[in-house]
Amino acid sequence: MKNVLGALMGAAALSLSVPALAETTLTIATVNNSDMIRMQGLTSEFTAKNPDIQVKWVTLEENVLRQRVTTDIATKGGQFDVLTIGTYEVPIWAKKNWLVPLDKLPADYDVSDLLPKIKDAVSVDGKLYAAPFYGESSMTMYRTDLFEKAGLKMPDSPSWDFVIDAAKKITDKSAGVYGICLRGKAGWGENMAFLTAMANSYGARWFDEKWEPQFNTPEWKKTLSTYVELMKEAGPPGASSNGFNENLALFDAGKCGIWIDATVAASMVSNPKDSKVADKVGFALAPNTGLGKNANWLWAWSLAVPAGSKKVEAAEKFIAWATSKDYTKLVASKEGWSNVPPGTRTSLYQNPDYLKVAPFAKPTLASIDAADPNKPTVKPVPYVGVQYAAIPEFQGIGTSVGQQFSAALSGSTTVDQALSAAQSATEREMKRAGYIK
Amino acid sequence: MARAVTTNRVVISTAAAWLCGFLIFFPILWMVLASFKTELEAFAIPPSFLFFHWTTENYATVQERSDYLLHALNSIIIAGGSTIIAMLIAIPAAWSMAFSPTKRTKDLLLWMLSTKMMPPVGVLVPIYLIYRDLGLLDTRVGLTFILCLGNLPIVVWMLFTYFKEIPKDILEAARMDGATIGRELIYVLTPMAVPGLASTLLLNLILAWNEAFWTLNLSTLQAAPLTVFIASYSSPEGLFWAKLSAASTLAIAPILVLGWFSQRQLVRGLTFGAVK
Repeated sequence: MKNVLGALMGAAALSLSVPALAETTLTIATVNNSDMIRMQGLTSEFTAKNPDIQVKWVTLEENVLRQRVTTDIATKGGQFDVLTIGTYEVPIWAKKNWLVPLDKLPADYDVSDLLPKIKDAVSVDGKLYAAPFYGESSMTMYRTDLFEKAGLKMPDSPSWDFVIDAAKKITDKSAGVYGICLRGKAGWGENMAFLTAMANSYGARWFDEKWEPQFNTPEWKKTLSTYVELMKEAGPPGASSNGFNENLALFDAGKCGIWIDATVAASMVSNPKDSKVADKVGFALAPNTGLGKNANWLWAWSLAVPAGSKKVEAAEKFIAWATSKDYTKLVASKEGWSNVPPGTRTSLYQNPDYLKVAPFAKPTLASIDAADPNKPTVKPVPYVGVQYAAIPEFQGIGTSVGQQFSAALSGSTTVDQALSAAQSATEREMKRAGYIK
Repeated sequence: MARAVTTNRVVISTAAAWLCGFLIFFPILWMVLASFKTELEAFAIPPSFLFFHWTTENYATVQERSDYLLHALNSIIIAGGSTIIAMLIAIPAAWSMAFSPTKRTKDLLLWMLSTKMMPPVGVLVPIYLIYRDLGLLDTRVGLTFILCLGNLPIVVWMLFTYFKEIPKDILEAARMDGATIGRELIYVLTPMAVPGLASTLLLNLILAWNEAFWTLNLSTLQAAPLTVFIASYSSPEGLFWAKLSAASTLAIAPILVLGWFSQRQLVRGLTFGAVK
């Protein structure tokens, strides 16, 4: 009997000890873009080195993912161990103590190698709250053949006057070539990302130091009227429903002379597998008006650990691997240097192998360096963020203002009406949220 | 002469019906075609209709990247389970409301329908918290339950209207002949209500299959149905139209086939009241 009892206790002890030895399973929530999908494909390299960690992926469309992870983190649902979040979420969530600060990264991670502007964007009070996986700004992409034909030469840092003039000159609507393609689809991350960055270059701002909305200022009027006029004259038809993908398709098909959008598009438009104009694309900084700010934004998809996660150690291990220099080398060895995630590390932009295959590397780096989330525009602002204001209310406000501006572009409302509607909608929301009285 | 006009009419109305059918089906056809294109051809302007390089690489990629079978199985269990449970609750409810109504029946029906008027996101956080505490997040049971609750008002309403179409006199006649409640239900009511039951069942199944709010928000991995599978192929930054089309084709295939085979019941059910 004693033996049986002993054996049973032994078995129980053994079965109890199993979970301690068992694998940790990380659930990673991420967006669907090619860099993330590539990382998903390379997971086995990580698990081979860390046999005690299993990795499961939840890939979702950006807006679905944002809603999904926000619900989970706000309710401490604990469904995810690693989150893919943008620079918009990091400061808001870090202040709410929803994220675990990443202060235990290994020494060879080399935090100082992260691009300073990107590092700033994912840090709060000097503490890193997310590790940037890939970073982007926006820049001017243009068709060198059309510019040559029109006798134009794109400067490295063009002015809006030059870009507007060039777009009008190279427009040939009968041949289906439009001088410029810009975002028009309503949304805080769609047309408002572009228009806010453009407004910064015209000296406009979302809010003054007292959080008063600023759409009634001459700077915003100049921005929006220039944009609407330019798109009417040199833009493609139906531009008010065009987002990144639609413009990418137009540019790839040779229908756009100039496209100002995310730097990450550079590798897509110069990839002959997808683009008909791959060998005829030039790159320059986003335009400016001489006020000291270019019309470019700053964004980074980053990996973070939600507070309350029970697998912090494993999650940090994974994040350190996925955003390390070695990961970049791994992608390069498997899929070539042109496919490594861009925009996060200084060392990548000093790597001759990368510079050889990425003609867009220098303007990308210069664009990222030119954006400053802490000083996004000419005048001082109370918020952080270049193409957004990092406050929780911004998603709603940005989208409703975006709808007004999209309507102005489609011609269903005038520029003045759109600005005044944007002003009153923003005022109402800011009052409701208690920023202003 | 009269005969010629009739033939013309038949030809025209048939052609019009086919045209309407084609127009309605066209987006699905386009999606299926796009799923066999390369990404470059999928967004080519002008688009090519049939003459492009046909490829199955998108299906291979989708298969390699995600576990279609698990998602499809989850969809079948969640949609099927919630439909069956909803029917089991709704049939007696609708039966009693249709055949022995009280003065509160109408209010009750309207109150049930009013729950569908609230946007679901309004109760997302409370439901999420309840599910978290009950351990129902990312479980098939949790999703089946919420979809069943969500569709219940519609099921009760549909069944109520079908049952109401059945003349009470027939049931009374059966009772006069000595039928018990059970026999009355099985031999009189059921055969008459079958088209209505079938179409309610199918519609509820389709609604549950396509439900994309709760299934996206309350599932992660284990219980994730096909809506989550599709959402993983859509992207605002990057062109994945061909892959998205392949994923969508795979996702709608089971329900499309089911709809195809059961269209006779569906049409009969939808026109049930008209042929009384």
